[in-house]
Amino acid sequence: MTALALVIGAIVAVACVLWVAGPFLREPTVAGAADLFDDLDPAASQALVLAEERDRALGALKELEFDHRTGKISDNDYRDQVGPLRREAADALRQIEAAQP
Amino acid sequence: MSEVGRAALLVCLALALYATVAGAFAARERRRRLAVSAQRALYAAFASAVVAAIVLFSALLRHDFSFVYVADHTSSKLPWYFCLSAFWGGQEGSLLLWLLVLTGFAAAAVFLQRRAQDLIAWVVPVLGICGVFFAFVLVAVTSPFATQVRPAEGFGLNPSLQNPYMIAHPPALYLGYVGLAIPFAFAMGALLSGRTDERWIIVTRRWTLIAWAFLGIGQLLGSHWAYEEIGWGGYFAWDPVENAALMPWLAATAFLHSVMVQEKKGMLKVWNMLLVALAFNLSIFGTFLTRSGVLNSVHSFTEGPLGPWFLGFLCFSVIGSLALILWRLPLLRSKTKLESLISREATFLYNNLLLVALCLTILWGVAFPMLSELVRGTTVTVGQPYYNFFLRSFGLPLLLLMGIGPLIAWRRASLKSLGRTFVIPAITAVVAGIALLIAGAGSSTPGMIAYTFSAFVLASIALEFWRGTRARRTLSNVRWLRALGELVSRNRRRYGGYVVHAAIVLLAAGIAGSSAYGTETEGKLKPGQSLSSGGYTVTYRSLTREPKGNHVELRARVDVYRGGKQVGVMAPGKNEYLAEQQVSNEMAIRTDFLRAEDLNLILDQPNEDGSIFLKMVVKPLVNLIWLAGFIFVLGSVITLWPDAREQRRLVERYQSARAHGRP
Repeated sequence: MTALALVIGAIVAVACVLWVAGPFLREPTVAGAADLFDDLDPAASQALVLAEERDRALGALKELEFDHRTGKISDNDYRDQVGPLRREAADALRQIEAAQP
Repeated sequence: MSEVGRAALLVCLALALYATVAGAFAARERRRRLAVSAQRALYAAFASAVVAAIVLFSALLRHDFSFVYVADHTSSKLPWYFCLSAFWGGQEGSLLLWLLVLTGFAAAAVFLQRRAQDLIAWVVPVLGICGVFFAFVLVAVTSPFATQVRPAEGFGLNPSLQNPYMIAHPPALYLGYVGLAIPFAFAMGALLSGRTDERWIIVTRRWTLIAWAFLGIGQLLGSHWAYEEIGWGGYFAWDPVENAALMPWLAATAFLHSVMVQEKKGMLKVWNMLLVALAFNLSIFGTFLTRSGVLNSVHSFTEGPLGPWFLGFLCFSVIGSLALILWRLPLLRSKTKLESLISREATFLYNNLLLVALCLTILWGVAFPMLSELVRGTTVTVGQPYYNFFLRSFGLPLLLLMGIGPLIAWRRASLKSLGRTFVIPAITAVVAGIALLIAGAGSSTPGMIAYTFSAFVLASIALEFWRGTRARRTLSNVRWLRALGELVSRNRRRYGGYVVHAAIVLLAAGIAGSSAYGTETEGKLKPGQSLSSGGYTVTYRSLTREPKGNHVELRARVDVYRGGKQVGVMAPGKNEYLAEQQVSNEMAIRTDFLRAEDLNLILDQPNEDGSIFLKMVVKPLVNLIWLAGFIFVLGSVITLWPDAREQRRLVERYQSARAHGRP
């Protein structure tokens, strides 16, 4: 029983080693840039932050419209807030366009 | 077969160690093949943990007493389904469950994000470290695969664990505890990589919700187990181990709210990192409490050599996460500020402060006796009045905020529009308060306040659904039911959240009703004698003993009367477990759905002359707590349900950002 258990254990261990080593066994000669994973460069990171700001501004506008429609926000409050939010969204869109390569 | 179990754990440890070291190196150097290899190590670590779990479970099912763990936690007469409870009923088994869930969650989280290598690069080593700790503890400190010369019989399972709720309660709780490791790992990964954009939040949103929902469900299952099994007629006693599960749930609740402020306004980035770290570290602290033997409670079944290891890991985790947050502080500064103290984000902030304050006061209540013993050498008990005081002080304003929050708009709200939206909920609350006073509920001030606030919250939730459905109907020109469906499916987080709020209101009403308006009495009864409480009269008739499976049942026959009319027969008693040589209380519960209350009978001290001590507890509205559980699950499922529209938007956002970066 002990011998069988040890054999099973050894098979499991070897299978794990082969599985973990898989990427190197499949591509044994890759080196340099081909072995680097994709990362966001500074321009892409900045674009992502701008896209988050754009979505945030557009989401806030949508939320404001809905709150106004449901009566949670009065007409006066809506008029006060909709302008700055539209400007924020437009700014974000402008910055994204300006950052286009 | 114990060798297979030991080998599987050893392989799991080696794989987790490899995932940590190779993963960290790959993340630092951006090595693609090494990063994939480290991720594969996490998948394989899960497979090894599964093998170890199968070995232990099969040994439990076979009653193989050559395993010390099996002999310590089962007997040959234990029904097979309680072998599941035995799996996690002891220290080694419960730690193996931790490892199994941790590696399973880690493998799933990494697999689902395998295409975003830059995002998960640092997540792999963080999860690897957690895996290394638990695998190491199981390999080197307390193994579930220790063997001995096979004894003829095992010691059996603690009778209080021989309950169906104990099959579901611990795994649910562990899914919650361990689930918090995923948002923690992604948060720490974001700090390590210096990418503190919102991706880690978006990716972990569902993981946090799953962990939080399981923690909540696990606690409710545990409360129901305590209510049925422990036999004192209560469901929560501020036991340190109950607190250990409550604290990370409170921290995770705070995080789920504050993270919305970050998503909508780009604020509270540092606070969110702190909350994620707090929630995970509290889950480790909770495991330390239950497994180190520092506490003496019904849950701490064993004392062992684990304490220093857990304390070391906890210190490493706390110091490490705080150091990372401090290191990346410049990246976490927000550009925007709170515009008004009367706004949705401000109510989230107040809610967060109250939740964290409640969490920290509970933490202090748990830690103080230990610190007192350590510093002064005397053990001090922090009793229920301490916790109840803070629950009322922080819990009641929290309840009110649940009603106020949905009525206030984001950014800022004028007092005029606020007054208009508050009218209906405020009138509802006042009417409910007056009605309760007339109904005689004024005997408890906290109870009255809780019910009035509950009415306010329910009215505000109903109003939100009504207004939203009406607006949706106008927009889409559809029927009411379709409009409601569209409203919820387009805003799952918001309306699923409201359903969860409704569940919390029911929970609060159940707790207030059963604790503020409950009655209890006890007395020694001979056959034919009666006891009265809360409008019920019970008459003790006889006592019987009957052998059943692995135990002997002792039951009293008690007739129940209300208004002079017999309404039922109840059978409180005790079970005497033979192998375990222990006795458990078997409380009798009679639920009256029309009166929304439970009558509980608890038998004590059965005497030779046939007399017994009988405790009679009437718990009004206690069933609202269990009903709240179902509504909580419904709300959680609505919130968790994937939103294809949002997924598409996020994919588009990320792809367009990548396109910007390409030359």
